[in-house]
Amino acid sequence: MRAKTMNASRREFLKTSAMAGGGLIIGFTLPGATRLAQGAGKEARMSAYLRIAPNNDITVVCGLSEMGQGVHTAIPMLVAEELDADWSRVRVEQAGVDQAFANPIFGMQATGGSTSVRGHWEPMRKAGATARAMLIAAAAETWKVDAAECQTEKGTVVHKSGKKLSYGQLAERAAKLTPPKEVKLKDPSQFTLLGKSGTKRLDSAAKSTGRAKFGMDVYLPGMLTAVIAYPPVPGGKAASVNDAKAKAVPGVRQVLQIPSGVAVLADGYWAAKLGRDALEIQWDHGANASLSSEGISKTLSAGAAAGGAVGRNEGDFKAATPAKKIEAEYEAPYLSHSCMEPLNCTAWVRKGEVEIWVGTQSQGPAQGILGQVAGVAPGKVKVNTMYLGGGFGRRFAPDPVIGATVLSKISGKPVKLVYSREDDTRGYFYRPASVTRMTGGLDASGRATLFTANVASPSIMEGSHFMKLPPDGVDEFGVEGIRDCPYDIPNLHVEYSRQEPGGIQVWFWRSVGHSQNSFFLESFVDELAHAAGKDPFEFRRSLLGKQPRYKGALELAAEKADWGKPLPAGVHRGIAVVFSFGSWCAEVAEVSVGPDGTPKVHRVVAAVDCGMTVNPDIVKRQIESAIVYGLTAALYGKITFKDGRVEQSNFHDYRMLRMNQMPKVEVHIVPSREAPGGIGEPGTPPIAPAVANAIFAATGKRIRKLPLLG
Amino acid sequence: MVSIVINGKIRNVDAAPDTPLLWVLRDSLHLTGTKFGCGIAQCGACTVHLDGQPVRSCSTPVSAAAGKKVTTVEGIGATRAGKAVQAAWILNDVPQCGYCQSGQIMSASALLAKNRTPTDADIDEAMSGNVCRCGTYNQIRAAIKDAAASVKGA
Repeated sequence: MRAKTMNASRREFLKTSAMAGGGLIIGFTLPGATRLAQGAGKEARMSAYLRIAPNNDITVVCGLSEMGQGVHTAIPMLVAEELDADWSRVRVEQAGVDQAFANPIFGMQATGGSTSVRGHWEPMRKAGATARAMLIAAAAETWKVDAAECQTEKGTVVHKSGKKLSYGQLAERAAKLTPPKEVKLKDPSQFTLLGKSGTKRLDSAAKSTGRAKFGMDVYLPGMLTAVIAYPPVPGGKAASVNDAKAKAVPGVRQVLQIPSGVAVLADGYWAAKLGRDALEIQWDHGANASLSSEGISKTLSAGAAAGGAVGRNEGDFKAATPAKKIEAEYEAPYLSHSCMEPLNCTAWVRKGEVEIWVGTQSQGPAQGILGQVAGVAPGKVKVNTMYLGGGFGRRFAPDPVIGATVLSKISGKPVKLVYSREDDTRGYFYRPASVTRMTGGLDASGRATLFTANVASPSIMEGSHFMKLPPDGVDEFGVEGIRDCPYDIPNLHVEYSRQEPGGIQVWFWRSVGHSQNSFFLESFVDELAHAAGKDPFEFRRSLLGKQPRYKGALELAAEKADWGKPLPAGVHRGIAVVFSFGSWCAEVAEVSVGPDGTPKVHRVVAAVDCGMTVNPDIVKRQIESAIVYGLTAALYGKITFKDGRVEQSNFHDYRMLRMNQMPKVEVHIVPSREAPGGIGEPGTPPIAPAVANAIFAATGKRIRKLPLLG
Repeated sequence: MVSIVINGKIRNVDAAPDTPLLWVLRDSLHLTGTKFGCGIAQCGACTVHLDGQPVRSCSTPVSAAAGKKVTTVEGIGATRAGKAVQAAWILNDVPQCGYCQSGQIMSASALLAKNRTPTDADIDEAMSGNVCRCGTYNQIRAAIKDAAASVKGA
């Protein structure tokens, strides 16, 4: 295998080499890795690959994790567009961990924050365009013609004379050429794949036949399955353990006490579970044995009343003298992510090295963490990223990979650590609860002149252990979605009060702070509209004159939902609009309320402005998915505490939206030539306020505390 | 030792009679298409067919399957309804994360095997025991209707 490196000015991007058997490999490094390397005074290694094989198969090696969001289709599409590839020959392969795959937005190899397309839109297209240029050069050399006389279509280079060679036929010769210094990317008007409907996902067949391999599906020779008895109260620990009965269960091999609890290792899950059931443990519950949701609400409410660090201040909220003033306190509960696949990780600690198999959103950070856990260099930690049975932020957390690695290290065996559904539901890393107190003021004409919000909630930044509260004391996730209130209101003031009741581990949950703050803001703006005697859509619109993309999404949703036109008897509309993760999303919910007060959501019409799209079919599905995720939480979602214990455990008491409750969903995309925005999360924030606002329209009852069926 | 016919093959498994069928399929036979979701028959991810009837394998002791025919997602494509359902799933790009889809496909195949013209109410009844956290319900509904049309037309 030979390799040619680019000149110094381009070294951050490309190298090429020949495949065994005569294909072309394009290696490149994403800008995030270049930044890391430059920071460390080193040259970035290049090992992200696009491979073109002699049989015309094109393989895109993807460092991002596929958790349903479609990234294993979108990333190859970016390459294929500029390469003019034959899509039917494009494959995707999951990469290992390598600095070359550092997410350009995070600077580490990780998937989340709706960053994948935003971060890879340009570099992946450049990789495709470079490969295309080299294939054209190889064809021109073969035919002894000017490259300018050659074009590409569907995996072939075509000369003006009509001569054709496939990419596979050209790959070997292309691998011997020096890559071009600059490549020109297509103008969006030339796109044939990007932004067009009809490109199928690359993972549908594997996921429709049972062949797709998730973390849970890993089996290694000699592997033990572990379950852990966790302390029932946060911060608790085992005071004494009698494991005699557990060890007597057939199939149980070892019982180990580790920092997170008492682990039972067995030949399979069922024996491990029976072994755990047979453990006799005296728990020291620690300081949180009397923790209750009532107490948590009081703590948060007191924090919101007292106020805290100033996150935004415009005009003079103290001096404002509105003609009409309203005030309200809103509350949102802790939430579990409840991925369909319970958390798990398989680890094998061998002499001086660690190998794990896991569905994870954060394989880059995991490498460093496990190096410390196992006492090996990070380079000796190999991460095999499996399909993720849902992520939603939960699979960014390191608890399963640490647990499995610790158990493998102590037991000397490959260990699959499995969370039962109950462990998963009760495993913390929750969306933080929050109480927010807001005031709003209207002038005599009904125009909003004052808005204040005091947010009280735990800090995700501090809880993450990889971020810190900034010097101003305002957690960015605590206030996002409310600090960035887009409405043109002259006196505007936001404060954040950090409260950590029970020291409960909080975490990123699909759309993070927007998931509760958009409910607060968009419900309260609805209150203001009604207080002003104005239509909620028109009221918002009148305050968005300086925000054309907010307004565009809002107007498209209203138009497509026939806002203002009659609905069947008993059905009412609510509307909300939110900017998050680089995209603007407005939703109109059509809701009726039964005689017992139970809401039924009949239809949701969404409009999203996410700039240019890669795959509009996937965009629509992601918005729909995000709506279901947010609606499930809005209707049912709450994690509550009593005597220090989480009260919910499984899907019977942490309920999920089901087929018979599923509304019709329509998603409309605002046509755009702007840079792409995120799409995995922006559909979630508007749904809770849109539904709550529709319930107000139906009943006159304002819901200020989630869940709706609380 | 329990003897079960799984996807047409006789398999002898060394498992305690009260072991859930799910863990025999997964941990003993490494048939990993059948998924663990909740363990208490609340999510449907573990759905398999026992003599053609959909059951939640997490809550079905292996002893209940002795001498019966078990069909999993790995074998459902050999049935007319199952083949149509899988083809419709792929055509409609139904799966997102995909973890629940084996169970969804098993429930949908059982529905179509006995009802070739399911109404929306029939679909609600047959499918509401299967949770999809990615919210693909509308695509599942569309795919079932496509599969029904193709089974009917066949």
